[in-house]
Amino acid sequence: MATRKVWYTLSAVLMIASVVSFFTRGLNLGLDFTGGVSAHVTFAQVANIDVLRSKLIAAGFHEPGVQNFGSSRDVVIRLPPDPSQSEATIRTKLETVVKSIDATAQVPQLEVVGPQVGNELRTSAIWALTFTLLLIFLYIAFRFHTWRLSLGAILAVMHDPILVIGIFSVFQTEFDLPVVAAILAVIGYSLNDTVVVFDRIRERFETNRRLEPALVLDQSINQTLSRTIMTKVVTSIVVVALIFLGGPVLKGFSVALMIGIIAGTYSSIYISSAIALDCGLTAEHVFPSVKKAIDEMP
Amino acid sequence: MLEYARWKYILVAVVLVLGLLFASPNFFGSDPALQIARKDHAPVTDQTTREVESFLKDQKVPFVRSYIDKGHLMVLFTGIPNQLAASDAINEHFKDTYITAMSIAPRTPNFLRVLGLRPMSLGLDLRGGLYLLYQVDVNSSVNQLLEGYAQDARRALTTANIPFKDVTTLSVSQGGRPDAVRVILAPGADIAAARKAVAQAFQGLSVSNVDVQGGTAIQAQMTPAQIKERQDYAIEQNITTLRNRVNELGVSEPVVQRQGVDRINVQLPGVQNSAEIKNLLGRVATLEFRLEDTQHNAYEAMQSGHAPLGSKLYTHTRIGRPAILLKREIIATGDQLTNASVANTQEGVGVSVTLDARAGENMLKTTKANINKPMAVVLIEKHRETTQVDGKPVTRDVTDETVINDATIRGVFSNHFEITGLSAGEARDLALLLRSGSLAVPIYPVQEAVIGPSVGSENIDKGITALLIGMAGVFAFMAIYYKVFGLVADLVLLSNVVLLTALLSAMGGVSLSLPGIAGIILTVGMAVDANVLIYERIREEIRKGVSPQAAIRAGFEKAFSAIADSNITTLIAGVVLWIFGTGPIRGFAVVLTLGIGTSMFTSLMGSRALITLMYGGRRKLARLSI
Repeated sequence: MATRKVWYTLSAVLMIASVVSFFTRGLNLGLDFTGGVSAHVTFAQVANIDVLRSKLIAAGFHEPGVQNFGSSRDVVIRLPPDPSQSEATIRTKLETVVKSIDATAQVPQLEVVGPQVGNELRTSAIWALTFTLLLIFLYIAFRFHTWRLSLGAILAVMHDPILVIGIFSVFQTEFDLPVVAAILAVIGYSLNDTVVVFDRIRERFETNRRLEPALVLDQSINQTLSRTIMTKVVTSIVVVALIFLGGPVLKGFSVALMIGIIAGTYSSIYISSAIALDCGLTAEHVFPSVKKAIDEMP
Repeated sequence: MLEYARWKYILVAVVLVLGLLFASPNFFGSDPALQIARKDHAPVTDQTTREVESFLKDQKVPFVRSYIDKGHLMVLFTGIPNQLAASDAINEHFKDTYITAMSIAPRTPNFLRVLGLRPMSLGLDLRGGLYLLYQVDVNSSVNQLLEGYAQDARRALTTANIPFKDVTTLSVSQGGRPDAVRVILAPGADIAAARKAVAQAFQGLSVSNVDVQGGTAIQAQMTPAQIKERQDYAIEQNITTLRNRVNELGVSEPVVQRQGVDRINVQLPGVQNSAEIKNLLGRVATLEFRLEDTQHNAYEAMQSGHAPLGSKLYTHTRIGRPAILLKREIIATGDQLTNASVANTQEGVGVSVTLDARAGENMLKTTKANINKPMAVVLIEKHRETTQVDGKPVTRDVTDETVINDATIRGVFSNHFEITGLSAGEARDLALLLRSGSLAVPIYPVQEAVIGPSVGSENIDKGITALLIGMAGVFAFMAIYYKVFGLVADLVLLSNVVLLTALLSAMGGVSLSLPGIAGIILTVGMAVDANVLIYERIREEIRKGVSPQAAIRAGFEKAFSAIADSNITTLIAGVVLWIFGTGPIRGFAVVLTLGIGTSMFTSLMGSRALITLMYGGRRKLARLSI
């Protein structure tokens, strides 16, 4: 606990960097949020991105996004929403361009998302996040009898998605719907550790109320450290498998999970309890009824 | 002493056995198959089986086996070439009796299938197919209802001989959506009598008098509750109609469900061609029967630009005249049809139509009163158009109303007659659309995805590989770090995955998606967490000097609160995601939530049962292999 100023500073720096990046560089939003057309194309040989892009522009598409996807022969083409053309026209134009480069090319996957669907998704993603945070705040306050621990937990937990978003913004990795799902999973999961530490704190306060709170918090963290590291290692094995073997569709998702897990561990250990302490956490907060009973005894 | 209640052992055993049973269909793999249904929608019988099987034998197309499932005949083949050959042959030979659809059928042995066990249903991103999300124009439906009220009011006023200028629908409250009917009375009309006359027509609505230019008007407004009811009705109706249309397509395992307040999502596995399907699904084609207004001149109306009161001008026609005036009153509409089929009449191909009782009565009344007067049939089709106006895209709903037929009423008929004036193709499409029900209101696609089958199977392979390797890694690690207890944890982990698979297979409404597989993988990682908590606790107790068996008991007891609380917080995130999520994301949320449940059960009860079995009975336990 003594070193907590160091960790606060580190977190603050990371948070500010993330927020700055988010507001300046923005996020590389996926199709789910922007609307538009996304097509996967498989060519017989290595695809020439630049030629494809210039042909698309020549065909009348504004700002087409063209990237490799999985292998050098697979390309994903993203077209921003264009309500003046019907999907049928867009599709035929796209296919003409693709076939003009390689007559055997195939379009195994095509997605069209209307812009209002994209907007709604943004709104519901934000609602889902807010709702989750609120419910968790209430649950922890209920189980641990004090808002101080809840606050610590929520601040620590908000720290993780911000970090994930920040990193996605810096590296401009595609931010689509599965990434949001990963962030929600990370929130729940990072709380896992936080709650395990809190449970230990509760137990220590229960047995020995006169100990210095800072000391209790330190001891609790140390005692649960082995378990925390262990679980994280095991989960990382699994997430690493996903990152390397899961294929390009789940790439953003698994990377978000990995970042979230690392950030989550850090925040559970260094941030959540520290904040609770700085809010003045003492034994009575965790066990108010017992103290009152003792006080009220004649 | 280390003990575990006997009923708990039994519970664990029973759950595991059920889990294995329900999960087992997933392990048999699947074969390409053909789903055969009768064109008349009657369920398939053994006779069909015999017919099809002998036909295939004659054609020398080998098949593995066949069975009847939910009224369809499923024929399984060893490979796609055979499936394709069979499909072509059967479509050609049986094209008047059967519809076929390509499908993938699980190789579940018959005895399991009969029990109702089936593998998990796979989402489109794992199977390939067409996904469409439609927006339903619910306001149109409200408008339709208002028009109905307006009609009834007109009739009532005419019967009561009360003169009125016009009856229109309009929007009274904010939002611009139509929600009221207004009757503009002729000057000098008796307001009280008028109110009495329309009381029946406007039953349930909130009626009031308003002042408008030119006199007084009676206004009837729908309450918000009534509007919502009508909107829900529109969506339910549309879902039924879409299901019927999808069934006519012969797609296997289609999904048509409501999404949110005013959307419908349609999933058609195996379908690749979106244009044709969208055309068929989205068409709003319906009919209206109206008498012609022979008292006024249609050309004059065209010149002046507006129609006389009580009539409507139509300028799209196929009857040889460029314009025609039809009376406002609608005698019958497309939704009142009980049957429609293609018929050959003297005037060529047409649609033979049967109306329901009420419309039949109306038609009878009208034809009786109007012999030798012309009656017209209007074909109404709606679609959405986007154009550029001043550089900004503008979307409008376009309704094409075409008068396709204008014939003189020669005889009296009530509910059975023919409509001509269509080409053969149009007659076929119209009959199908009328038969499957007209869409209560128009729908527009707002999202679509076509996923190729190869993408689907690639996704499955990648997902399963990642899952297996992840699990292998975890198994090895746990065994090395926690020794025998680690092996116990591994067994518990395996049973966790089995139980999760069983739950997903048993739950019909959710399909496995790629994020869902990722969810399973994540669950594997997290399930270990509970075991780690318990084991670390046991180690701590042993370090404190507690005896091995007491340490085991203490480990389980003390770790419980931490496990419960931490899992519940993750559960909150999972449940919120389940509620807010759609499609593949919802699949992930379901797996996450269920996974927490199964992992808590297996880690707490499962491992305790196993460990107690192994260590509980021993009198002298010196060291624990942990």
